[in-house]
Amino acid sequence: MKQFAQLFRKVEETNKTNDKVDALVHFFNEADDSDKLWTIALFSHRRPRRTITTSFLREWASEMSGVPTWLFEESYHIVGDLAETISLVLPNPTQKDERNLSDWIEYIQGLREVEEEEKKRAVFYAWKSLNQDERFLFNKLITGGFRIGISQKLMTRALSKHLDKPTNEIAHRLMGNWTPDSTDFQQLLLDDSISSDTSKPYPFYLAYAVEEKIEDLGDPDEWTAEWKWDGIRGQVICRESESFIWSRGEELVTDTFPEIAMMATKLPEGTVIDGEILGYENGSPLSFQALQKRIGRKKVTKKLLKEAPVVLMAYDLLECKGEDIRNQSLEERRLKLAEIVQDLQHPTLVLSESVKFQNWETLAELRKTSRERGAEGFMLKKKASPYLSGRKKGDWWKWKVDPYTIDAVMLYAQRGHGRRSSLYTDFTFAVWNGDRLVTFAKAYSGLTDKEFKEITAFVKNNTIERFGPVSSVKPELVFELAFEGIQESKRHKSGVALRFPRIKRWRRDKPASEANHLEDLKALLP
Amino acid sequence: MKKDDRGRTSRQARRYQDMKRLLSFDGKGIYCAQADVHIDPWKPVAKAFITHGHSDHARWGMGSYVCTNASVSILKHRLGKVKIHGIAYGEAMMVNGVEFTFFPAGHVIGSAQIRVSYKGETWVVSGDYKLSNDGISEAFEPVKCHTFITESTFGLPVYRWDPQEQIYDRMNTWWKKNQAEGKVSIITAYSLGKAQRIIQNLDHSVGKIFTHGAIEATNRALRASGVPLLDTTHATANLDYKEYAGGLVIATSSAVNSNWTKKFKDFRLGIASGWMQVRGARRRRAADIGFVLSDHADWNELNQAIALTEASEIYVTHGFSEIFSQHLIEQGYDAKVVKTAFEGEQLDSTEEEKVA
Repeated sequence: MKQFAQLFRKVEETNKTNDKVDALVHFFNEADDSDKLWTIALFSHRRPRRTITTSFLREWASEMSGVPTWLFEESYHIVGDLAETISLVLPNPTQKDERNLSDWIEYIQGLREVEEEEKKRAVFYAWKSLNQDERFLFNKLITGGFRIGISQKLMTRALSKHLDKPTNEIAHRLMGNWTPDSTDFQQLLLDDSISSDTSKPYPFYLAYAVEEKIEDLGDPDEWTAEWKWDGIRGQVICRESESFIWSRGEELVTDTFPEIAMMATKLPEGTVIDGEILGYENGSPLSFQALQKRIGRKKVTKKLLKEAPVVLMAYDLLECKGEDIRNQSLEERRLKLAEIVQDLQHPTLVLSESVKFQNWETLAELRKTSRERGAEGFMLKKKASPYLSGRKKGDWWKWKVDPYTIDAVMLYAQRGHGRRSSLYTDFTFAVWNGDRLVTFAKAYSGLTDKEFKEITAFVKNNTIERFGPVSSVKPELVFELAFEGIQESKRHKSGVALRFPRIKRWRRDKPASEANHLEDLKALLP
Repeated sequence: MKKDDRGRTSRQARRYQDMKRLLSFDGKGIYCAQADVHIDPWKPVAKAFITHGHSDHARWGMGSYVCTNASVSILKHRLGKVKIHGIAYGEAMMVNGVEFTFFPAGHVIGSAQIRVSYKGETWVVSGDYKLSNDGISEAFEPVKCHTFITESTFGLPVYRWDPQEQIYDRMNTWWKKNQAEGKVSIITAYSLGKAQRIIQNLDHSVGKIFTHGAIEATNRALRASGVPLLDTTHATANLDYKEYAGGLVIATSSAVNSNWTKKFKDFRLGIASGWMQVRGARRRRAADIGFVLSDHADWNELNQAIALTEASEIYVTHGFSEIFSQHLIEQGYDAKVVKTAFEGEQLDSTEEEKVA
């Protein structure tokens, strides 16, 4: 664990991206292949399977440190990270163990089937043998969620330096279904053929939102516009007569959308389509809520298939007849894609149309009709653009419609985690229903650290009741919330559910009495 | 509002009950009615006894001040022309039959715990304190009493400090590394206390140590009163930035948030504070490195200090007061939370600006 802990320490002690990359390169140059592979896995969100529950960890940390459980929990609320809290309360180590990272992971994995007493003995042994940083990392290996300031992008850069290969190739190699048990460092990053794994997707190309005036994009003739749909971005693969569906979050969701998977097996051999998995019925898109019923389901019932039908709204073609065509122009790729859609004639494969427009003004007019069409606005893409990897500026832009807004009163506040620990950052908001406040949304992003600090001071002085990390506060502060959509919902007391609610600004000018009413919200329902 | 049979609200009644005790909290500070003396008052009063020179304990606007001899120059520097009487550690002062004695609190130069005794009853107001000897503040002395008033800034078991020598080693190592890369190292610290502690304990053979104006002004006051501080250079506007290369600058946290740091071009930023113990606090500040160095007692020291007083009654002030007093109750103490205007160690203090 020493090398890995040193890497962690170096990354902790700088705020500069280049320093972090250098630390990672150094680590990759020194560590053995199995530690390298696990490091890559951890920073690409492939965490080891959980073998010990956090409630055991809490109990044992309390026992070993002599800190009573209530005091441990209070500490946890302040620290905001369980693995860290444990590492901070434990007494200093009394022995040493020089195992490296992958050995410790194997050690933890080995605890899956054993009795509780045995697990406890093993965890105590580790806690007694590891120093502060090592313990924190050991606990993180158990609790998962390895966010320690190294993004996948940053790691890709470091691997690219370490192996002297382009970042695009590294990003592509790291995609897909692999785990440290299914591959090795050599195979994953060095073997000649990338696609020994037929399910391997390409890195997604992601767009930023338009920043300046739309006219600044230049000649409209160089651009295409497509409606931006509110579904799940996905990549559909057909290779060797087998189909795979990947979500943008790199999850394999083939079984969740069997109608698309079935369709995909009929695609020409060696086809990869980038598109939107979208609730869709009788030629028009459904709201995101319909799709939500399908998300996370491994088994899909016939009833659900009927209730929430989906299609693949095809945007782009990345692989054609087994050939990677990402370097061809969007125009060429779209021609080939149109041909495939035309040839297959399948109800679950729909081509995302290019919207014709003469100039930016007409497109701006058309954008105003987005909501009634069930779209979020436009995607603008340069006709000559290749398909790049990751979020890049220049060739592709999102041009979304302005969000809905509403003024709401803060009723509950909860402490944040990680970087925002000890600040109140997660809030529940309410609007008036007659003379009572009814909660309707939670939001936690959109304010500056300075504002969070101010609100934290308010919460501390105006708490009515505490429920663990949550405090109910005097209904005084008003915030303008922005959100993308609104649906009726039986699950919520207010009767509505919002899509992507976030805090737009603090309305210091408004007293609670001037916040919006439930009727105002309901007036926005489609 | 509910009133008792004498027509007092419950709050007034409680305050009346409290007033009969040797010390009470009267909304202006810690009050001794028998002597008509306030300790560390936060509202204007006639007679103020001051534990130490930090601005949340020594405020402007009191009729007269009593503090340790070592604190006199600090109070003068911070408060300007006020009526101050200095007293030696251990020297007793009688006020209307009440005996006041100052004992070292180990927090910063001149800091004291104030023992108050009257007719066999003894209280100690500890202000802020730490047990480890930082080599420049007068070392903490435990004082026996019946009732102890304690801070609780770091009153959670996650706050336990490594030995300070290790922290200085880390600072030196970091400084040398930055120096090798041609960078300036900046460490933020309180202008009174931690700044001098760092100055005295870093390895001056590595390079030059510079100070921000607020810190230099405090240093000047301390040197003038005979504190043997090691040499530092005031980081003034007319110094060329090349002069700073490889050097270490000690600055206040408010200076770092301003344009002031621009003159250093390529620099790395460290924060010296007990709050740096928790990763989230450090990451939020966007500093490069956190040094867990505090002038306040950690969890173990708080518990140890309280045990050493042999007091049975504990008043817990600023910090994690509710949690810490709950812990003390479980340990068998008669512990109560009391609200004051003291702040303890602040991560985002703005107090420094006023004295810059």
